Amino acid sequence: MTCTEFLEILDDVIDESMAVETRSEIEAHLKKCGHCEVVLNTTRKTIEIFRCHEIYELPAEVSDRLHNAIMERCRKAK
Amino acid sequence: MSTIQSIEGQNEQHPDVALVERVRGGDVSAYDTLVRKYERQIFRIAQHITQNREDAEDVMQDAFLKAYEKLDQFQGNSKFYTWLVRIAVNESLMRLRKRRTGRLVSMDEDVRTEEGSVPRDFADWAPNPEQNYSQAELAEILRKTIQGLPQGFRVVFALRDVDGLSTEETAETLGLSVPAVKSRLLRARLQLRERLTRYFGRKATQAVQASGSPQGIGAEK
Repeated sequence: MTCTEFLEILDDVIDESMAVETRSEIEAHLKKCGHCEVVLNTTRKTIEIFRCHEIYELPAEVSDRLHNAIMERCRKAK
Repeated sequence: MSTIQSIEGQNEQHPDVALVERVRGGDVSAYDTLVRKYERQIFRIAQHITQNREDAEDVMQDAFLKAYEKLDQFQGNSKFYTWLVRIAVNESLMRLRKRRTGRLVSMDEDVRTEEGSVPRDFADWAPNPEQNYSQAELAEILRKTIQGLPQGFRVVFALRDVDGLSTEETAETLGLSVPAVKSRLLRARLQLRERLTRYFGRKATQAVQASGSPQGIGAEK
């Protein structure tokens, strides 16, 4: 497996949706390619960081205000 | 954080179905539950698309109201949440169009760029590099990083990776093909990784630790 081939299936590797035969090819490639190993690990970490940190905070008072406004408009609508 | 289960049992009914039925039967308090359940996610998606807090607040209200008014049209062959997201995405795009005085806005905007589709920086990251930054600094880094992506990539990443929709649901929600979602997702992930390496690569985090303050915030183009 080449680095280009590895990159092409990077998403499948991350989402763990590939065939068993491919899995052993990937492992063999990662053993000898430090760059691809870094790309895989840091891409996984990238997703994890974005998933675990709320970047657009919705403070409770804003959330309550919006929530009440939505429900009031809904009640009026019917 | 993600509350969306990607796979439901074949015969198991999603809890939203019962709530939607109650709303259709005139029970507004059931809609209150649905709004509470999804308001944060809808707000976040609207922020990702509009990049503007005021617009995101308006979109969130309009999307929930529209969903309420159109609930009779909800077929139930997709999940309530993905149906709701589709409404929010359309409302967000309409809002952008208004801001840009009528210029057509679509999910295909700016996606031709090939920047970042091939990794260039292979610096490994420090273990738990985010711990070198305060919550506020980290949020600022993440915002800057994702705002630099073309919109069509940003939204795919936000729905698929942050919100936890499946590739198929993301495609359905955005009106894109599954291969288009996959290609955008890969490029979004690689571009974000590349940009975050500036902050989280071993060299960068050593500099933060040495100076006691984050290096590079605000230095981005």
